[in-house]
Amino acid sequence: MSTLLSKKSRQVLLGPLSKNNPITIQVLGICSALAVTAKLEPALVMGISVTIIVAFSNIIVSLVRNTIPNRIRIIVQLVVVAALVTIVSEILKAFAYDVSVQLSVYVGLIITNCILMGRLEAFAMSNSPWESFLDGLGNGFGYAIILIIVSFFRELFGSGTLLGYNIIPQSFFNVGYMNNGLMMMPPMALILVACIIWVHRAKNKELQEK
Amino acid sequence: MNTNSNTYTLVYATVMVVIVALMLAFVSGALKEKQNSNIELDKKKQILKSLRIDAKQNNIAQLYDQYVIKGLIVNTNGEILSYSKKEAFDIDIAKELSKKVEERRLPIFIAQVEGETKYIISLRGTGLWGPIWGYVSLNDDKNTIYGAYFSHASETPGLGANIAEPNFQRQFEGKHIFNEKNEFVSIAVMKVGKKAEGREQVDAISGGTITSKGVETMLLNCIGQYEAFFRQLSTIGEIKQ
Repeated sequence: MSTLLSKKSRQVLLGPLSKNNPITIQVLGICSALAVTAKLEPALVMGISVTIIVAFSNIIVSLVRNTIPNRIRIIVQLVVVAALVTIVSEILKAFAYDVSVQLSVYVGLIITNCILMGRLEAFAMSNSPWESFLDGLGNGFGYAIILIIVSFFRELFGSGTLLGYNIIPQSFFNVGYMNNGLMMMPPMALILVACIIWVHRAKNKELQEK
Repeated sequence: MNTNSNTYTLVYATVMVVIVALMLAFVSGALKEKQNSNIELDKKKQILKSLRIDAKQNNIAQLYDQYVIKGLIVNTNGEILSYSKKEAFDIDIAKELSKKVEERRLPIFIAQVEGETKYIISLRGTGLWGPIWGYVSLNDDKNTIYGAYFSHASETPGLGANIAEPNFQRQFEGKHIFNEKNEFVSIAVMKVGKKAEGREQVDAISGGTITSKGVETMLLNCIGQYEAFFRQLSTIGEIKQ
């Protein structure tokens, strides 16, 4: 175990969850954070899909990193990601049709997720496959956590439900409580992400810029 | 080896593209049949939903065969072009809608639910971001809606996407598509509190106005194409064959 999870590996895996989070610190992947967080369920599935794809594309690119011609490296990375995403979406269509119908647009969106390109370029191109895999998992989870937090608040206050189940009791509505329509609009996701960044930096003073 | 030379780059790119293309072709070929049968089952499930029947994954095909007894292809003049249930099922309504009105081949399914005849019409229209579609079933009077089912490709979750929710769809049950003067008027989808002139209405989804209006337009356009067929049907009575 000591060789598998050395200090550096642990740093690679856990860093992106907080101090090096792809969304709140590197501000990558904001576009999809806006698009899929109106409900908790698509946010969960998106988080899982991105984690799987970033981990495996990291492994593949890391394995062939020494053979990739420098001038077309971005294209090579893109082809790897696009191929993986296409295969995942084909498999979903064959074996989990209902899920694939729900995901329709989101699966395609993964290809354009900046986190993937960012991690491939910044990490997998210069590190071993095992560490790249951990880095992929860490960043995927870091991304998923923020998506889940944002969608939790948006679905709870925007539609009064969580995963489609009613949470806010009917008696609240009877005495005049109303769902906040603004929560369903994309700008609210930005505001919530900004709130998370605010709390996060207030707790970690070293992250604050001068 | 010099990985920066032009030859290497070209060969690398070519080999990579060929490998990836072969891999994707293989995956797509291997899964095609399974995917097509999923798509077919899903269509049957949607048709059953418009009959207010919620089928489980394992009995969709059986329930479909049990309830949907006939399928016809008609044109906008009300003439029957085919009596084949299979042919009617295979028609791609999106393709038909892009043809000229008089060349369209429109599918209609006839179902028997609890001893009553229901007519099922395919719908297709546009929402805010992409296509929306669905099925609507009419009672034997060809006027009262028995059930409606809508779905969409990419409407906004929590807003326009709610047209796929039973709460929205159930509103259509019992509404009439003809007015008292026996003119085809379809059904209006109105903002809560607003009143439609001269036709029956359901509540739109707040925050999903464009998608809701898309449903209204889709109903008007798609059901309207069958008006001649329904009028003819009323004069000849029962469909033979």
